[in-house]
Amino acid sequence: MGNVPTTVKHCLSYRQIIEEYPWFRSWLQEEKSITKHDYPEFVKIVEVGPRDGLQNEKEIVPTRVKIQLIDMLSTTGLSVIEATSFVSSKWVPQMADHADVVKGIQRVPHVRYPVLTPNIQGFQDAVAAGATEVAVFGSASETFSRRNINCSISESMLRFEEVISAAKDRQIPVRGYVSCALGCPHEGRIEPSQVAEVAKKLYEMGCYEISLGDTIGVGTPGSMFKLLQKVMNDVPISALAVHCHDTYGQALPNILTALQMGVSVVDSAVAGLGGCPYAQGSSGNVSTEDVLYMLHGMGIGTGVNLDKVIETGDFICNALGRRTNSKVAQARNRTL
Amino acid sequence: ALPQTVKIVEVGPRDGLQNEKTIVPTEAKINLINMLSESGLPVIEATSFVSPKWVPQMADQVEVMKGIRKKPGVSYPVLTPNLKGFQAAVSAGASEVAIFGAASELFSKKNINCSVEESLQRFEEVMKAAKEAAVPVRGYVSCVVGCPYEGQVAPEKVAHVAKRLYSMGCYEISLGDTIGVGTPGSMTKMLEAVTKEVPVSALAVHCHDTYGQALANILIALQMGISVVDSSVAGLGGCPYAQGASGNVATEDVVYMLHGLGIETGVDLSKLMDAGAFICRTINRKTSSKVAQATCKL
Repeated sequence: MGNVPTTVKHCLSYRQIIEEYPWFRSWLQEEKSITKHDYPEFVKIVEVGPRDGLQNEKEIVPTRVKIQLIDMLSTTGLSVIEATSFVSSKWVPQMADHADVVKGIQRVPHVRYPVLTPNIQGFQDAVAAGATEVAVFGSASETFSRRNINCSISESMLRFEEVISAAKDRQIPVRGYVSCALGCPHEGRIEPSQVAEVAKKLYEMGCYEISLGDTIGVGTPGSMFKLLQKVMNDVPISALAVHCHDTYGQALPNILTALQMGVSVVDSAVAGLGGCPYAQGSSGNVSTEDVLYMLHGMGIGTGVNLDKVIETGDFICNALGRRTNSKVAQARNRTL
Repeated sequence: ALPQTVKIVEVGPRDGLQNEKTIVPTEAKINLINMLSESGLPVIEATSFVSPKWVPQMADQVEVMKGIRKKPGVSYPVLTPNLKGFQAAVSAGASEVAIFGAASELFSKKNINCSVEESLQRFEEVMKAAKEAAVPVRGYVSCVVGCPYEGQVAPEKVAHVAKRLYSMGCYEISLGDTIGVGTPGSMTKMLEAVTKEVPVSALAVHCHDTYGQALANILIALQMGISVVDSSVAGLGGCPYAQGASGNVATEDVVYMLHGLGIETGVDLSKLMDAGAFICRTINRKTSSKVAQATCKL
């Protein structure tokens, strides 16, 4: 076919295609039913770096660094920044300076600074220090509950009831977490019904939002879909958040799946702070930068300035003497 | 609905190693490919018949091709940038080849010193020879959602190049996010444009994880009917445009996600991880696969 112009060759090839693949014509005429997804227009990011992130870092971070981290995060557009944890310093030495952190940060209007309060004592200390929002942590796994907070799930619920009741008296909102939502380091497989039960209890007790945590990062879009399908029956989707760990690299596709199912609140940590205590050396929290990159690329609003978050990530990684876990930060810092 | 089976095209030995600084001894390359063959991967890109002047890592192309133990049922495609490369590949025993087009004019000029149209014309020679020798040809399109020089790339341009490659006779077109900038947003738009011109069953995605978006992008592609995914064991191969940043998505992480979705791949994840551990030891680098990192430490 040497003398034939390219365009004609082109058409002849097409004819050949139609001859060899008779379905091609009807495929062209058929309306393609590609799954179109409805994504939320806006996603609220809950920044857990200063608490969940730092809590899982080996280096003890000085109070002023923690405060600076939170103050920098406050300028990025993030609307929720989990500041610290009012847990006994015996258990979590990293959070021993909780009162000083809460007192030291510069509160920006319209930004909320929830703190963890595992029991009534912690709650009272938090309020005394000036906290205006708190969070409680349940588990979908009995073994994890016993090993982590030394009591059964139902015992923990009783403790939380106390906290929620006291919080209601002071009109302090309470966020509920359910850990091991997609798997447990001790029990292995966790049924969606186990998660739904705990989520429902927390919601009915009065938590305004329930964050479902893939504590060891083993979840995939398959298990995330099944989990949300079940939990949505018991808790309204608008009150659900996902807290995905990136230990197996699955966090972003899991978050994408959650968005496709209507979830519009995502937890993440600047620079992907916080390793995984169950897989030493592995990553834990998903990086806020990487989540933002995805959301913005999808045209979803967050109100957060990615560059400022990258800057904040650089700051805390320098302070910790460690490399960022965020791929976006790594790429931005090294682009030729 | 998601596909029931996904074919993984393992590009570690070629795309992966090509972008690694350390030159890998021939014996290690052969061992890597043999281990990958044992893991159940159906397609393993073995090497590239490009001039060793340009890509010293692939200088041992003939030895590799002749040295590997070809497993029945597994394909071992090789890159052939021109007719000369094609002929060398066939004499060395290759029975499948691949050609590389770009969706960006600037990228084409900077990478292979000619326009996109000129490159396609060069490939026509290869296509003709391949047809005569009954050798299947896979087509790659690079820069499908972004170019290091041009920035944004129009989906229509990608569709145009994909269509040309397909109508030239490539049995499959792999769409490459060369600098990893794609997101589910840009992937959807690009795939919508390309699937208008090329049947979805002839499409593959080749996502880079430079911005951590690869698995999310692959998931979107699967949801749009794509059932062929390129990846690289241990995430071998950095990004030449963002030094130190990652490039190819790790096969282990892709397989983990697919199996979690109940999708079959035919791949044995633990054997795959063995291959990954071997090559990382050999070139003295840490794996880029999160699954491999997590599993080793539990």
